[in-house]
Amino acid sequence: MTREGWIRLGVVLAATAALEALCRFGAIAHTVVLAPTEMTISLWRILLSGEYNADILLTLRNVLVSSAIAVGLGFALGAIIHALPRVRGAVEPLLASYYSIPTFMFYPIFIVIFGVGSQAIIAIAVLLSIVAMITSTLTGLDRIPPVLRKTARVFRMSPPARAVLIDLPAAAPYLFTGVKLSFAYALIGVIASEFILSGAGIGYSIAYAYNNFSNQRMYGLMLLVIIVATAANTALDAIDRRLQSRLRR
Amino acid sequence: MKRFGDFLILLFALFAVWQGLYAIAGETTLTSPAATFVHLGQLMRTEQFWGHVAETGWAFAMAVAISLAGGIGLGTLLGLNRTSGVVSEPILIALYSLPKVTLYPVVLLCFGLGISAKVAFGAMHGLIPVAIFTMKAIMQIKPVYLRTARVLRLSPSQLAMTIALPAVLPEVLAGARLGFSLSLLGVLIGEMFASKRGLGFLITSAMGLGDIATIMSVAVFLSIFAVAANALLLLIDRAIPH
Repeated sequence: MTREGWIRLGVVLAATAALEALCRFGAIAHTVVLAPTEMTISLWRILLSGEYNADILLTLRNVLVSSAIAVGLGFALGAIIHALPRVRGAVEPLLASYYSIPTFMFYPIFIVIFGVGSQAIIAIAVLLSIVAMITSTLTGLDRIPPVLRKTARVFRMSPPARAVLIDLPAAAPYLFTGVKLSFAYALIGVIASEFILSGAGIGYSIAYAYNNFSNQRMYGLMLLVIIVATAANTALDAIDRRLQSRLRR
Repeated sequence: MKRFGDFLILLFALFAVWQGLYAIAGETTLTSPAATFVHLGQLMRTEQFWGHVAETGWAFAMAVAISLAGGIGLGTLLGLNRTSGVVSEPILIALYSLPKVTLYPVVLLCFGLGISAKVAFGAMHGLIPVAIFTMKAIMQIKPVYLRTARVLRLSPSQLAMTIALPAVLPEVLAGARLGFSLSLLGVLIGEMFASKRGLGFLITSAMGLGDIATIMSVAVFLSIFAVAANALLLLIDRAIPH
């Protein structure tokens, strides 16, 4: 590990220890925030008892389904928009300001259309994450070096062969950035939707525990979300960095 | 001009899709574009609606102010030193991609039910992207600029005003744009989950009543506001020299 990596680990550990100390010595009331060790114990109990397994699996499944839809559909739409310059000129200002629209406000409409359940949640998560994939696809296809295209012409490659052998590998680093962002947004979309209105899932369980003043469970589940999100995002980020550094070679 | 025409065609197509969905789904699940704007017009003539807008607007303004001041301050502090920047970047990115809704109960427990919890939650969403963009901008100032400043013997204040500020401004503005929209989202989600005032509450209460027209009107109102504000920030971005 690099020197910066060790310092980073130290900073995170020090922050956790500080929170632990503040909670143990009563500077933060027990009813407000639990000590990190208590959160860990609570999470351990939750996982051992297995009472939330169904919710955890449901949330993970919804996140995976929505990011898969967002990545597939976003890539297809991005490739189509890239092929049609006039459409692109019209769509681009919309894409640039898309993330300023609180997409989340449309969740109630999806509930009305699909009912309370996985479908509405997946729809809002896809809506939240698809545009990141579309923009990444556009950037990736733009950044394919012209010399590679010329090489393909020299070798008289057919369009499908060129797409698979030249375009896709050349755009891969940018496409992966899109995958990473889509996953992060899908996670946010799914958990936020479950939180606001839903009958199952981790987000719902946290909201339920909050409404029932069940701090032990709430903090245990929160810790689970934080660990899963950080681990997944860090892993995707590490792969992303590898691919990006390949570009600079 | 042609691009603008294409954009108008696209807007028209979006309305056509909306109208088409309305034709398929029917009155009980969606309202038509025309009916939505008529309802929005009616809402905008009531005093209650502007009370909700004022509540959300006030919380949002404070959240944005905290996000910008805190984010630029934190970003500058961390970006000035290379080690602190490298150390904190992954931590900030991890915090950024965390589903912060899960932490809302903690915010509620710390700040209580009320406007301060909403402001804190909005600022939580907005502050981190502003800090990340500011920090990266400062770390990526070309070393040759700083060497030029040393050759010209600029004082620290001159260095800040004539070299550092113009160099980081575009990036910081991009961060501010993101911070702006995320603060709005944070405030609205805060209102949807636990509040008795504001546009987020208006949407959840309409959801409970099955009042689709109000949900759609408020969503359209917020989208128009967000896109207009974003367009304004993009215009400022284009006006400054890069």
